Amino acid sequence: MLDLIWFIPLLPLAGAVLNLALGRKFGDPRAGWVATIATAGSFLMTVLVYFEMLGLAAEERSHVETLFSWLPVGSLQVDFALLADPLSVTMALFITGISTLIHLYAIGYMHGDDRFSKFFLYLNLFVFSMLMLVLGENLLVTFLGWEGVGACSYFLISFWHTRNSAAVAGKKAFVTNRIGDFGVMTAMFLAFSTVGSLSYGAINEAAHNGELASVTATAIAMLLFVGACGKSAQLPLYLWLPDAMEGPTPVSALIHAATMVTSGVFLMTRINPVLHISYDWASTVIAVVGAATALYAATIAVAQNDIKKVLAYSTVSQLGFMFLAIGSGAYVAAIFHMVTHAFFKALLFLGSGSVIHGMHHEQDMRKMGALRKVMPITGFTFIIGWLAIAGVPPFAGFWSKDEILLYVYANNPALYFVGLVTALLTAYYMTRQVIMVFYGKARWNDHSEDHGAHGEISPHESPKVMLIPLIVLAVLSIFGGAMQLPFSKNLHFLEHWLAPVVEESEAYIGKTWAYQNKYLLLVVAIVVALTGILISVAVYAKSKFKVVEPKILEQAWKYDATVSRVVGGPGVSAFNLIAWIDANIVDGIVNGVGESIRGVAGSMRRIQSGFVRTYALLISLGTVLMLAWFLLRGALL
Amino acid sequence: MILLGAVGVIVRRHPVHAALSLVLTLFGVAVLFVAQDAHFLAAVQVIVYAGAIVVLFLFVIMLLGVDRVENLRTEPLSAQRPLAIITCLGLLAVLVAAIVNGNGVLNERGEGINLPDLQNGSDANTVQLAESIFSRYVVAFEVTSVLLVIAVVGTVLLTRKAKLSAK
Amino acid sequence: MISLSLTPTSSWYLILSAVLFAIGTFGVLVRRNPLVMFMCIELMLNAVNLSFVTLARELNDINGQTIVFFVMVVAAAEVVVGLGIIVSIMRNRSAMTVDDLAELKG
Repeated sequence: MLDLIWFIPLLPLAGAVLNLALGRKFGDPRAGWVATIATAGSFLMTVLVYFEMLGLAAEERSHVETLFSWLPVGSLQVDFALLADPLSVTMALFITGISTLIHLYAIGYMHGDDRFSKFFLYLNLFVFSMLMLVLGENLLVTFLGWEGVGACSYFLISFWHTRNSAAVAGKKAFVTNRIGDFGVMTAMFLAFSTVGSLSYGAINEAAHNGELASVTATAIAMLLFVGACGKSAQLPLYLWLPDAMEGPTPVSALIHAATMVTSGVFLMTRINPVLHISYDWASTVIAVVGAATALYAATIAVAQNDIKKVLAYSTVSQLGFMFLAIGSGAYVAAIFHMVTHAFFKALLFLGSGSVIHGMHHEQDMRKMGALRKVMPITGFTFIIGWLAIAGVPPFAGFWSKDEILLYVYANNPALYFVGLVTALLTAYYMTRQVIMVFYGKARWNDHSEDHGAHGEISPHESPKVMLIPLIVLAVLSIFGGAMQLPFSKNLHFLEHWLAPVVEESEAYIGKTWAYQNKYLLLVVAIVVALTGILISVAVYAKSKFKVVEPKILEQAWKYDATVSRVVGGPGVSAFNLIAWIDANIVDGIVNGVGESIRGVAGSMRRIQSGFVRTYALLISLGTVLMLAWFLLRGALL
Repeated sequence: MILLGAVGVIVRRHPVHAALSLVLTLFGVAVLFVAQDAHFLAAVQVIVYAGAIVVLFLFVIMLLGVDRVENLRTEPLSAQRPLAIITCLGLLAVLVAAIVNGNGVLNERGEGINLPDLQNGSDANTVQLAESIFSRYVVAFEVTSVLLVIAVVGTVLLTRKAKLSAK
Repeated sequence: MISLSLTPTSSWYLILSAVLFAIGTFGVLVRRNPLVMFMCIELMLNAVNLSFVTLARELNDINGQTIVFFVMVVAAAEVVVGLGIIVSIMRNRSAMTVDDLAELKG
């Protein structure tokens, strides 16, 4: 069964090709069903592979399946190979599972769109790329998937490309990702030149054996982190994610909550031996960037009014948490949070999509309210998602967040404090969102008489095909925490499962104060979450305090404007200079060679006078000289 | 005599005169052949070269107009004559040097040339030459005959007048 | 060295052949009438024949004479073809020098 892991990425690819060729014929909704079945088949394969792996002993759970030798060039041997080990199977499981649910949802959401089949083509292509990314056995196959998801993300964000904002957002996503890709490429070159191979096995082995110098390891880890910052929207390169909300909501759910943005976290976990032997400041940098991003994004989310933008900034913030975990050596906790976050964030996004769909594409939360009565199932599942992300036990998000905070405290108490504040803010803004959307007064017809309003609208519940994924994800958000409960070592399922991959690099905190008092920290986390919720309720529901939403937070600390000024001003001048150099100097050299050859040829041309006698003369002259030379040679020898 | 003829070829303006000088040279060379015990070749020289080839030359000269006399005073390519003189003198020098150098270097290595005298018969040279051609070089002989045929056919084709197109 | 006695040694013949060759070359380079140029080529061929016969005598080998035989045959064939070409080119023109045939001018 393990050698059939090729089917896992192959089925979505087949679905994409099918939709490419026959999509228009399939139409709405058959094209969507084709895509969903493809992804479901992929999920089934992954489950089968998972069960087979469970039957193997822990050390044997690493299987490489090579399709063909991709780049046999001199000393570089790169195979087109897939690696099935606990980490990649975990990723594949939740990627395919959540993708199937989102595909199902999208059949309902995109109903009536005239580019229906194209949407599913891109979705399937995306799933294929993502699976190549996580199942890749070497950096090059991962990079193939990396670029693939970037490209598909571009297609999908700008799906409604007739809208200028969508096209611009797609472009922004692609360009920002490109900067990260540069880091990944440089890391690949470095890995090849030092280790001699791009295969994870070889690289991690070299890191274990001490063949890889700390300097090189740090460089590789930091470069890959740059790529991770681009893809996973961390602080300097996060600015594409909020704008990416221009895409249809299923896209936001799949790409920007559950899968693509987690590829950075995945990559860092994949190379954890390399990170382990890097200098200590490397991990600290990662942790600090993660914490800073988490806090920064959480502050912005407090003041956003678009239902999807809140979730976007929330995603950035939660990703920051994951990088904080990695920086503190808590790989298992990071993966744990990644999985639970996938569940509840996808749930939240799909729920918001349901709201948007029901409100006839109105996205401003100020025009919503009291939707719980009109959309009961959406409301109920959304509330479950809210509780999960806010960190209320026994929902999934609580356990994973607590695990992270435990390790962070053991590593660096200052960052723990930052994490705690972020958790508070998370609870606060999510509660704010729930209140504004589902509770309170129904504001959707408040300004219906105004100039430019849509008139009276009556929101309604979404069709079943959109509700079923919501319910499934809600169940997962409730019980997902069972993967890794802190109460006893026996319940650490995820840790045991991932042990072959991350064991050596996992920070050991058994003897720290944090571990001894982990139940205390658990209680602190609960208190913080509840505090956030209560304050938010007091502000928004009961109006006990004044609403504090500073303008600067709404403008996201003016980050976008600053970047535009920097890149637009000196950046553009630098680019113009480089373009000038290219056009004049580089092209000048190339053309100059051509011109000089032309000149020489022109003057040589005159030898061809056309007179036979000249030719004869030159021939005989040459012959005489040759004979003389031979004679002299013979005489001298 | 040979040199006189040769110089005449290159100097005479009228092509017919040049052809006659060539005949002079060829006869001289034939005499030298006889002096070198190459009787057959001398005969062939006279018959083929002086007889057929020069006659052919004269035919062509007459065909193309006897009165075309070359103006030897002018030379359109200005560098031609001086360079030609230098080239030829150089050539001469190289060849003479080679000859001088190689004097006495070459040793006898053949089976000997049969001379026609009372012992061998009066056609000894011819016989020996014939033996050489038809045994060792018979392939070359056959190829050469093919060459002659091709030459004749080719020339006939070349010099046909182009057919007038039907009006 | 070359003996200066009056009896011709083979070196004499060889030098004569060289001179003949040089004269022939000069003629080819200087004369403009194509027919005269051809005749000078014939001169060169004769010079070569002479040297071959001389060497055959010196080496006491009949092969030298065989070569001369073949050279003569080939020379005859070459003359035929060459004259044919000259005739076909110059028949319709009043041009009489080689310089007027400068169509290969680059």
